[in-house]
Amino acid sequence: MDILFKVLIDPFLQMGAMPDLFVQTIWDGFVTGVLYALIALGFVLIFKASGVFNFAQGIMVVFAALTLVGLYEMGLPAPLAVLVTLGVMFVLAVAIERVVLRPLVNQPDIILFMATFGITYFLIGLGELIFGGNPKQMITDQLYLPRGAIEVKMLGGFVQFQKIDIAAAVIAVVMIVALAVFFQKTRIGRALRAVADSHKAALSVGISLNQIWVIVWFTAGIVALVTGIMWGARSDVSFGLQVIALKALPVLILGGFTSVPGAIVGGLIIGIGEKLGEFYWGPLVGGGIESWLAYCIALGFLLFRPQGLFGDKIIERI
Amino acid sequence: MSKRLKVSGLAAGVLASSLMMAAPQAVAQESIYVPLFTYRTGPFAGSGIPIADGMHDYLQMLNERDGGIGGVKIAIDECETGYDTKKGLECYDAVKPKKPVMVNPWSTGISLSLIPKASVDKIPVLSMAYGLSASARGDVFPWVFNPPATYWDGLAMIIRYLGTESGGLDKLKGKKIGYIYFDGGFGKEPIPLFEQMAKDMGFELKLYPVPPGEMQNQSSQWLSVRRDRPDFMVMYGWGAMNPTAVKEAVKINYPMDKFVSIWWPGENDVNGTEGAKGFKMLNWHGIGTDYPALKDIQKLVVDKGLSKSPKEKVGELLYNRGVYNAILIAEGIAQAQKITGKKVVDGSDVRRGLENINLDEARFKAIGLPAFAGNLQLTCQDHNGHRAAFIQQWDGAKWVKITDFIQPMPEKVKPALDEAAKEYSEKNAGWPKRSEACDKS
Repeated sequence: MDILFKVLIDPFLQMGAMPDLFVQTIWDGFVTGVLYALIALGFVLIFKASGVFNFAQGIMVVFAALTLVGLYEMGLPAPLAVLVTLGVMFVLAVAIERVVLRPLVNQPDIILFMATFGITYFLIGLGELIFGGNPKQMITDQLYLPRGAIEVKMLGGFVQFQKIDIAAAVIAVVMIVALAVFFQKTRIGRALRAVADSHKAALSVGISLNQIWVIVWFTAGIVALVTGIMWGARSDVSFGLQVIALKALPVLILGGFTSVPGAIVGGLIIGIGEKLGEFYWGPLVGGGIESWLAYCIALGFLLFRPQGLFGDKIIERI
Repeated sequence: MSKRLKVSGLAAGVLASSLMMAAPQAVAQESIYVPLFTYRTGPFAGSGIPIADGMHDYLQMLNERDGGIGGVKIAIDECETGYDTKKGLECYDAVKPKKPVMVNPWSTGISLSLIPKASVDKIPVLSMAYGLSASARGDVFPWVFNPPATYWDGLAMIIRYLGTESGGLDKLKGKKIGYIYFDGGFGKEPIPLFEQMAKDMGFELKLYPVPPGEMQNQSSQWLSVRRDRPDFMVMYGWGAMNPTAVKEAVKINYPMDKFVSIWWPGENDVNGTEGAKGFKMLNWHGIGTDYPALKDIQKLVVDKGLSKSPKEKVGELLYNRGVYNAILIAEGIAQAQKITGKKVVDGSDVRRGLENINLDEARFKAIGLPAFAGNLQLTCQDHNGHRAAFIQQWDGAKWVKITDFIQPMPEKVKPALDEAAKEYSEKNAGWPKRSEACDKS
């Protein structure tokens, strides 16, 4: 009975007893979820356009952030460093299309998936070769990102909103809206959607797959840079961030591999779910459950919606 | 092709292959092979790079200045482990045929895996201030060394310090102490002693494990700290975990002067973090380059382009930690040469050498590191020394020593070590009884 009380009742009593901490947990989970969503967005963009599950998205986050800080340390002013980093991500997109995707066109998906493993290890090596393995501090001030926190007294306590977290949430929302407009309203966006629906049909109406792949990998590169800046500002820019990027996997399982709204909603569910789980139920098993709880949440959803919350239902006839 | 030509060709081939086979032997005879397991890549590189540089540069300096140790050059070889136990074991398999005189795993996980191999392969394991605490018992673990203090000693010193801060160890009764730790072999190592101390001294222990994949995502742990409001926080972190923990502590306004770490953070973990001022940690050696040996490193290694370290990083905390590790390597070899009378020593000789390390004030001065660290004497029975350490505090720009040397608590640590050593040998069926003779000191 005691265990049932601890699992089913006590956490909710705690939420009621310290409502400020409950709100704080939700906020922390929300911000983490937004960052997970941004990483997942990079995966979704590439999966939609090329059917490739891009395992390299995590290292792209690290590589983009390292390039930015590295260029700044080499003496480039921060705004110029951002522009040059975007240029580097564009060159990377072109190189991946030319060297990896184009020669492997028409190969089974698993081959392309394995190729993204190759890209991952290549970028790890290249990043360490150029910038070294030492963690770097994100150039938060130079990018005019806010520091400090806003403390709001509420519910008998206080809730702390880090300004950088607020900025991350705002930037993520702006980015998602921009991507939605890009997909829905522009010619390239429509072409991207066409490619996502059917490569063959897109080719038949004159859409260049190669161009689309470059655009989509570049867009994923921009998303990676933004994610790298935001996460780097919260901790440091190090190769450890690459591991966090794997948190996008349960987000994708939950939200569906092809859905932009799915990535966002999935990210938020995972982010908030794992923080609540770790904070209220973690102590029951000694803590540290965050790393696997996300997968449990995702698997729980899969029992009811195997295609994910927003994923396309695939019906294959035997 | 004529028969004569074929014979000449064959002879040339045989000669070439004999030369090729002879070459490594010649090298092996003229040098002492010291592999360094390092990690300059991955999430732990922030801690691994300065340590790797410190170890390498000190040994390289001995080669440049003294022609090695006892006139024999040291063949320094780095193997990248990425702090990954699997890769560490691959490194071990790669270096073993080259007859290393010792291995330096630089990971508790790798150390634990190598302990059973050490006595079989006759290669000593030097796990400096990390690894299995119980391996301090030389009679049970004759091939493993973990000076100058175990993780349990470190914890005892921190608790003693927290007691002093509270007005006496007895004043810890009823207090709450939080422990945030790397949820792996290293961070879990002191928990049994911590729990025992909590029971004996009457304080409440709160555990906050940080899984390896979440080192840069610690907001949940620190939110729990905010809820539990521990009187003190103790940290055993490594790599990317340390700077993130400091940032998160600042975020929740945890008083930094109540936050004490084991000896692994470096300047990079606190520098640039607004609010990190006041953070405390254990240390046992000097910082900076104001030592003749460090000056020699700058002149003979760094200035000559033989180091991977940027010049300004020489003398930083973790760099000097690497130097301390290299001193132990060099002293072990030097002692082995002295005991055996051999110039080129092997693993068995160096095991004896390590058991006879005697780094006193005069010796530290003689090697160009006066007052660099406290005395260290290892023996056949004691492979650790259980030396004292001091607390240093980050003042916003540098570390400042704020206490004298704090003694560990042998009365608490020794029985726990004995028990753990006994348990280890019983759990590992067939664990050999020590057969190696002790040298008379």
